[in-house]
Amino acid sequence: MSDSFASLKLVPKSEVTQSAKDFKSDQEVRWCPGCGDYAILAGVQSFLPELGVKKENIVFVSGIGCSSRFPYYMNTYGLHSIHGRAPAIASGLATSREDLSVWVITGDGDALSIGGNHLIHALRRNVNLKILLFNNRIYGLTKGQYSPTSEMGKITKSTPMGSLDHPFNPISVAIGAEASFVARTIDSDRKHLVEVLRQAAAHEGTALVEIYQNCNIFNDGAWEPLKDSDTADDLLIRLMHGEPITFGKEATHGVVRESDGSLRVAAASEVGSDAFIVHDAHVEDPSYAFALSRLSHPETLANTPIGVFRDVNRPVYDRQMSDQVAHAKETRGPGDLAALIRGKDTWTVS
Amino acid sequence: MSKELVTLGRVVIRFAGDSGDGMQLTGDQFTNATAIFGNDLVTLPDFPAEIRAPQGTLPGVSAFQLHFADHDITTAGDSPTVLVAMNPAALKANLHEMPEGADLIINTDEFTKRNLDKVGYANNPLEDGSLEKYRVHEVALTSLTVEALKDFDLTRKEAERSKNMFALGLLSWLYSRPMETPKSFLATKFAKKPEILAANLKALEAGWSFGETTEVFSVHYEVKPAPARAGEYRNISGNLALSYGLIAGAQSAGLPLYLGSYPITPASDILHELSKHKNFGVRTFQAEDEIAAIGAAIGAAYGGSLAVTTTSGPGVALKSEAIGLAVSLELPLVVIDIQRGGPSTGLPTKTEQADLLQAMFGRNGEAPVPIVAPRSPAHCFDAAIEACRIAVKYRTPVFLLSDGYLANGSEPWLLPDVASLPKIEPNFLEAPNHELNGVDVLWPFKRDDETLARPWIRPGTPGLEHRIGGIEKANNTGAISYDPANHDLMTRLRQAKVDGISDDVEPMFVDDPNGDSDILVLGWGSTFGPIGAAVEISRRNGIKVAQAHLSTLNPFPANTGEVLKRYKKVIVPEMNLGQLNMLIRAKFLVDTIGFNKVRGLPFKATELVDVIKDVAAHV
Ligand code: SF4
Repeated sequence: MSDSFASLKLVPKSEVTQSAKDFKSDQEVRWCPGCGDYAILAGVQSFLPELGVKKENIVFVSGIGCSSRFPYYMNTYGLHSIHGRAPAIASGLATSREDLSVWVITGDGDALSIGGNHLIHALRRNVNLKILLFNNRIYGLTKGQYSPTSEMGKITKSTPMGSLDHPFNPISVAIGAEASFVARTIDSDRKHLVEVLRQAAAHEGTALVEIYQNCNIFNDGAWEPLKDSDTADDLLIRLMHGEPITFGKEATHGVVRESDGSLRVAAASEVGSDAFIVHDAHVEDPSYAFALSRLSHPETLANTPIGVFRDVNRPVYDRQMSDQVAHAKETRGPGDLAALIRGKDTWTVS
Repeated sequence: MSKELVTLGRVVIRFAGDSGDGMQLTGDQFTNATAIFGNDLVTLPDFPAEIRAPQGTLPGVSAFQLHFADHDITTAGDSPTVLVAMNPAALKANLHEMPEGADLIINTDEFTKRNLDKVGYANNPLEDGSLEKYRVHEVALTSLTVEALKDFDLTRKEAERSKNMFALGLLSWLYSRPMETPKSFLATKFAKKPEILAANLKALEAGWSFGETTEVFSVHYEVKPAPARAGEYRNISGNLALSYGLIAGAQSAGLPLYLGSYPITPASDILHELSKHKNFGVRTFQAEDEIAAIGAAIGAAYGGSLAVTTTSGPGVALKSEAIGLAVSLELPLVVIDIQRGGPSTGLPTKTEQADLLQAMFGRNGEAPVPIVAPRSPAHCFDAAIEACRIAVKYRTPVFLLSDGYLANGSEPWLLPDVASLPKIEPNFLEAPNHELNGVDVLWPFKRDDETLARPWIRPGTPGLEHRIGGIEKANNTGAISYDPANHDLMTRLRQAKVDGISDDVEPMFVDDPNGDSDILVLGWGSTFGPIGAAVEISRRNGIKVAQAHLSTLNPFPANTGEVLKRYKKVIVPEMNLGQLNMLIRAKFLVDTIGFNKVRGLPFKATELVDVIKDVAAHV
């Protein structure tokens, strides 16, 4: 089973068949009733048996925030760290232990605000990490301030007259940071969530998965138009590698490439459905995936792509680090401490 | 033609020139030859923070001081007996420290009107009689070098670059240093550039022959080797010794070494050095910032590596929260702070020991961290192993406080026998460690009765899957706990664990030959040398004075309080405004006398002698 997960080739395989139950810890889950995190937790637990690796070789590392409580509920190894630093800590773990499957759980505040620097550098380095970014467009744990993904003008506890901050699009940020795998999914769409996780897990290097997650206490319904069956089909663009990019109930709309190379949404009635481009997640040039990420409108949520934007091969940092160590040992022999400290210029007193 | 050879007991040379003149390299090479010759020695490099300040200006002066002797010495020398000044700026910046009668070897070629103007000399000091108190040796170093290299296919500018080698050759003749050392150094350095190698060798030899033949020097000197314990020696700087100590510590523990680091002066050399030794299984991770550097180290520690992060004071400030996490997770981690002048950017290339209280208290909550501090460049090796030992044995972050002076200074080192280095036992937990209602369970925070350390559990160990974090944990089970009594207990346990180390470290060093001194001079870190020298001199002057030195500052070694109470007066000299002094007063209620300077330079033995004299007058 796990043979399909190239990224896990150094992780020991499980000898027993696992089920979702094996990944549930004995901790009582303490998110607010109705929180989108429950669905993501259940989705991850149902998916992990597919990896086919020993569960003691799986580690979840998180920062701070509601989502960062996630590791406590997983019956794997787990490290709940400090605000924003999970990608750095996970990088240290993954670059020193290639026999582990390392997952980072983070939120929009954790990953994009206080931990923005670590996120972009983790993506740039391409360490073998899977980063799940729960985006609820609000600070939950600190009780409702606007986040770096909140829409402008948002009224929150810290912005009674409306927020002045222009929001980040996490997918655009990740692609700008040279990420090799970037995807988006939605908490309530289990099937889609699991399919995206599957592709992320198979990817060698850093994978960033943005998960639209509902905070029903402080920002209820933030993604509702994308979930409501009346509106979802008209707003969501489901990216599928090798398939034309179309959307709308009757595939009435799609994405076309302009003569200057930019992408735009057009109606089939206007351009003809043959004009719709075929999605290719493996395009090296990040400007294609970036252009896809720019189609969505941050306030109306119109033209929101979900699925895998980008999935390209790039050298994996931890593998290269191991290669350097192996090469040094091979060419120079294992270290000889006495010879090292002796150096070249010594003298003897008798 | 041979000149009179005069035997000296000790010499202090200062090489000074423009940052681009290669003075550090010249000093290093002269030092290596001196070490191999068998003198005892201590060095003090002193360079500007700017990589290349404007040429010929005072801020651009880079200096290297070397003290060598036929006997045991502990400081780089209070004031130089010889100054090599490559230009007017070097003369001006250093002259005030030269005692009357000192030798000045001056590169006259650079004493042009323009260069004199640059540093505000209205008259040429070589001509206006202002150097009468000194023994001036005028040498046209630049033009002599160019002349010596005239047969080489080099531009004048290229030829001039070898003037530091000419100077090295001249000084080697003047002090009867072996030439093989710089020659073999050049051969390695320029192995791929035979033309440059030949030119440098020629300049080196030309400098030596110039000394032999010129009228400028009527005598030359020798300093006999110093008696030393039998064994094999090398010269070593603090940062190099520290790097080797980390590799040795990891090897003693049988663990891979993992360094998470962000470049910062004066700590970067450790990152550079460790990154060269991947064949020892060393992994170095140059992170995006100081926080990620320690973050990666914590991740590696969680994974079972011997994890280290290296930095200086400003970096420690950024790492504070993560150090607190390591305290809370109770994971082994070595945090190395090569202290420099602060606050903020401060004096990046100058030394200070003002991060003691930051290391001691600079975190939120009660977050005790053991602190070790090396006392000399070579001692950095032992201190690094000790930091690794404490970190692994007690599952705790450990601070190692070195400083800029130790980092870049060097001294001869009697090579240790690697087979007899202390063994470090990681003792990873491999199976459940507790029985609960007849079932074997894991208690990640069940403590060792003696050390109070918790088990170290590597991911990948079957049956020990568990979750921990920075939230307070219940003692034993490690489950999240907001229980007031548990937090009180855990806070006290973490403190007791660190306090308990006092019996497991070497007692405080005390030197009181007859045990009858009234005065104790107590130091820590790099002040060991100057304090030792000052105490020696004071004893010769008839004062009964003892020296004590702390290599562990948290917790204090078990004998500390008892030692302090033996003396009527305790002087605490520090390169800060009284940080150890404050801790000692608070903990032991001893009415200590602080002596504090923050000039970015090590203490002079003479200034400490004066302090001891003053105090002795009032005993
Ligand atoms: S505050 Fe919001 S994000 Fe946090 S647990 Fe409650 S519903 Fe979920």
